[in-house]
Amino acid sequence: MSTHEHGHGSHDAHGHHDSGHPESTLRGYLIGFGLSVVLTAIPFWLVMTGKLGNNELTTVAILALAAVQIVVHMVYFLHMSPSSEGGWTMLALIFTVVMVVITLAGSLWVMYHMNTNMMPGMDPSQLP
Amino acid sequence: MTTTTAASASLTEAKETPVFYVADEHDHPEGSSTMLGFWLYLMSDCLIFAVLFATYGVLGGSYAAGPSPKELFDLPLVAVNTSMLLLSSITYGFAVLEMQKKNVNAMLLWLVVTGLFGAAFLGIELYEFAHMIHEGATPQRSAFLSSFFTLVGTHGLHVTFGIIWMITLITQVWRFGLIEANKRRLLCLSMFWHFLDVVWIGVFTFVYLMGVLR
Repeated sequence: MSTHEHGHGSHDAHGHHDSGHPESTLRGYLIGFGLSVVLTAIPFWLVMTGKLGNNELTTVAILALAAVQIVVHMVYFLHMSPSSEGGWTMLALIFTVVMVVITLAGSLWVMYHMNTNMMPGMDPSQLP
Repeated sequence: MTTTTAASASLTEAKETPVFYVADEHDHPEGSSTMLGFWLYLMSDCLIFAVLFATYGVLGGSYAAGPSPKELFDLPLVAVNTSMLLLSSITYGFAVLEMQKKNVNAMLLWLVVTGLFGAAFLGIELYEFAHMIHEGATPQRSAFLSSFFTLVGTHGLHVTFGIIWMITLITQVWRFGLIEANKRRLLCLSMFWHFLDVVWIGVFTFVYLMGVLR
């Protein structure tokens, strides 16, 4: 705590850096909100009306819209940018996304194959 | 803390052993690393949700002859719930804007509005849970329902703690004003709140919409 008084000099020098947040603007929030409303309404509308007629196609469409909406929230609400906190938040985010993709894709892939290969006609005579 | 560093520094000087730490650390203003630290916490929280999503993805089709998502989920209700959370996100944004303009009362008002939207979201979710449990779709009924209640319940728990944090901050700002520490806390809660909205995008897409399509 004794370093605090010394810290004040660099505090001013770094200016906006220590708040870590770029200034939020009304325009940014409104754009983000408008995009989110559209990107939320379309998937609900697609599923509730069944407009595409095809479940696989609808699934791909709503997953793509969700991915876009997540990016919109990250940019306009969470103010993510490659330069915030000297790039450390982006680095942490990329690392997390890699982990999430491995966890999700790995679990789904492995368990799907376990289900299809083991469950239906499991033949005890073929077990070691 | 400073005295111990000084003592150990002089100790190493005396023995002339190599120094394995930054002896002359440059100053960090108080709270300068809080936002990054909080972001790292959010990323770890993200991993918790990823695991719960993966669990739901694996078990979501195991109904054990119980009710299926199609029979249970009420999409119009989920749409209302989603809009509650989305509205609370934009009102929190308005609160942050008022904070930047140093309008304490307007900011408190927007925080209260945000909290009310959050409470409405929780109320609708609890109504949905109560309705499902009343129909016999309890967490014990099937693997699908266990993973559903775990994933959606964990998100709901996060929203609950977000609201508690919001009430705490409203009281803090009310008593101490927009001091530097309170601003920092408000920005942390802003990240937390928007992060919960991001997770909810995954929930309504992956659980509700894809559940009905299944």
